[in-house]
Amino acid sequence: MTNNPISRRNFLGLAAGAAGAAALAACGSDGPSTSGGGTTTGGGGGAASYWSLSGPPGQPYRQAAIDRFNKANSGSKITPLFFQNDAYKQKIKTALGANEGPTMIWGWGGGGLKEYVGSNLVEDLTDWFGQNAAVKDKILSSSFGAATVNGKIYALPIETVQPIVLFYNKKVFERVGAEPPKSWGDIMALVPKFNAAKVAPFSLAGQSRWTNMMWLEFLLDRTAGSEVFDRVFAGEKGAWSDPAVLDMLTKIQDLVKANGFQKGFSSTTADSNADQALLYTGKAAMMLHGSWSYGIQAAQGGNFVKDGGLGWMNFPAVEGGKGDPSNTVGNPGQYLSISSKATAEAKDVAKKFFSTTLVDDEEKAGWVKSGGVPVLKGSESLFTGADAQFLKDMSSIASGAKVFAQSWDQALSPTAAETLLDNIAKLFQLQVSPQQWVDSMNGVIGK
Amino acid sequence: MALPAFVWFVAFGIIPLLGVLALSFTTWNGIGTIQPSGLTSWRATLSDPGLPHALWVTFLIMILSWAVQTPLSILFGVFLAARKRYRGFLAVLYFIPLLLSSAAIAITYKSLLDPNFGLGTGLGIEWLNQDWLGNSTLAFATLIFIVSWQFIPFHSLIYQGAVRQIPTSMYEASQIDGAGRMRQFWSITLPQLKYTIITSSTLMVVGSLTFFDLIYVLTGGGPGDATRALALAMYQQGFQANLMGPASAIAVILVLVGLGLSLLLRRLGGRADDSQLEGA
Repeated sequence: MTNNPISRRNFLGLAAGAAGAAALAACGSDGPSTSGGGTTTGGGGGAASYWSLSGPPGQPYRQAAIDRFNKANSGSKITPLFFQNDAYKQKIKTALGANEGPTMIWGWGGGGLKEYVGSNLVEDLTDWFGQNAAVKDKILSSSFGAATVNGKIYALPIETVQPIVLFYNKKVFERVGAEPPKSWGDIMALVPKFNAAKVAPFSLAGQSRWTNMMWLEFLLDRTAGSEVFDRVFAGEKGAWSDPAVLDMLTKIQDLVKANGFQKGFSSTTADSNADQALLYTGKAAMMLHGSWSYGIQAAQGGNFVKDGGLGWMNFPAVEGGKGDPSNTVGNPGQYLSISSKATAEAKDVAKKFFSTTLVDDEEKAGWVKSGGVPVLKGSESLFTGADAQFLKDMSSIASGAKVFAQSWDQALSPTAAETLLDNIAKLFQLQVSPQQWVDSMNGVIGK
Repeated sequence: MALPAFVWFVAFGIIPLLGVLALSFTTWNGIGTIQPSGLTSWRATLSDPGLPHALWVTFLIMILSWAVQTPLSILFGVFLAARKRYRGFLAVLYFIPLLLSSAAIAITYKSLLDPNFGLGTGLGIEWLNQDWLGNSTLAFATLIFIVSWQFIPFHSLIYQGAVRQIPTSMYEASQIDGAGRMRQFWSITLPQLKYTIITSSTLMVVGSLTFFDLIYVLTGGGPGDATRALALAMYQQGFQANLMGPASAIAVILVLVGLGLSLLLRRLGGRADDSQLEGA
């Protein structure tokens, strides 16, 4: 088996087999002309490529940063290319496998980044951060966890801190005469109340699977603390066989059986924002979702957010649980790595981009405007206007959390994450019992 | 003359196939180095309880979609074969689903069948608000319905052409013998369509092995794994779980199943030199 890129790319196509038309399209050579690191334009400058996600709320601010950099550095040029979320996850993998990846690789850190590191695809930035301590000081230190693999830093934390919170529709609560839940008992008591009023207690995009996962993350943390998942993450054998896990899984199935989620939740997708639409149209009372949902509801929900219809809170405590109710889960940031296959010039351009534009004040202000809390320090003074209260609350949840855990599917390797998501979907479908769930998850620990 | 086709077939059919076979004996995450690992991938694939399930789902889709499509396609084909102007117009309408891509069809149906924002809510018809894609049985039935809706036009077209090939002298002779319409259909039309039925069935059966785009967009294999057919299982192993070795093993199984089925169907067709036009 040779290692040259052509044969690997061919093999990738082969693996797609008879049905992988979509996959085949993904490994075609329709990448940007600057693929693999770009060409030198001379004069000490250079060209670099950058791939990231398309669509609001992020794309305009990503584009703005690149425009700003290109304007300020006439000798260098960064060419961006934007993809849809799910398409990107596969495109970046196939492109890197075929040595056609961009100079700058956008990602979520954690298990995905670890896999890049294992294949020597990304630059070790530890020394660079050592020499550029000023850059490191501008970024929240809690965001570096998911950028670190075996004690070394392989990515620059960028963009926003995104805790997952419990959103609720204040108007629906008012109409039904209910109070926001303060505990798991409250949640279970609210379920029949909303069902009687013909409102779904919770909105859930079950087909997307990671949306279901957020429930497991919070329930396990609230009942047993963050240590149980830490053991899973560390690859400890049989780590899922904790009584707290069984307890948490049973609670989830109880909620499903009590019709806690809207009818047809397992065919609702998050990509279409149908779950958020259920909340802002008053068809559902509550929704557990990432903080980025605020921007989507503000944009698509008419006057819902503006008129104060949207409420939010950290996930409530579970009675008798050991977890700290200040803990949260989510994305501690987004991450940008430099391809180890890029040319020296392209790497220099990327590092300059890292140390200047991506940590400047305009970058910080832009992400605040997008409705998010930047990973850059000292953004609190920018929280003004209509979104101020939300931003302040997200910031205090993120900074006040004793543990800000990374989403499980991002923290684990893609192989383990796929098994996890598959089993979670079956759990919500009542296709597997809690014990079966534990058994199949123990099977992929450390993989 | 056959050379260009042969070269094409080798380049895009045989060589990739051999590549997949080779990959199925390796361990590869899609981005790192490819490591030969003997039978590891095969062992993992064959011992995975997901494999028999995916085979079963694939088989069920194949049988059910064949059983729904074939009678309807024959009926439509016979109906459209008659040279009447309004039927020509209807034929154009029936043909529309064939012009749409599977992804577009899946997205459209997904929106129409949404229990909260779909057709039922829009038109105020309560019984339409079923959990079409969220309930295992219903999701499967919905999938069969959509597949049939999508492909019946194509097979009707094949049958229409075949029915028009049947010599009219046969019908005239049977009319003299006093055969009614039903009798003509069962004793002349259907036997004369034998080879067309085999061709169309082969296309349906082998085609159903590769249903991927529709299922991927419509249900993503869900709810749970209720609609996870072999092709989708292969994709999820390869491109979501980053296990290219087991994914290639599934691909090889898929090829073998497809090959076996089309050989079997050819067998059922009997000898090629049989005359179909006895007595015509």
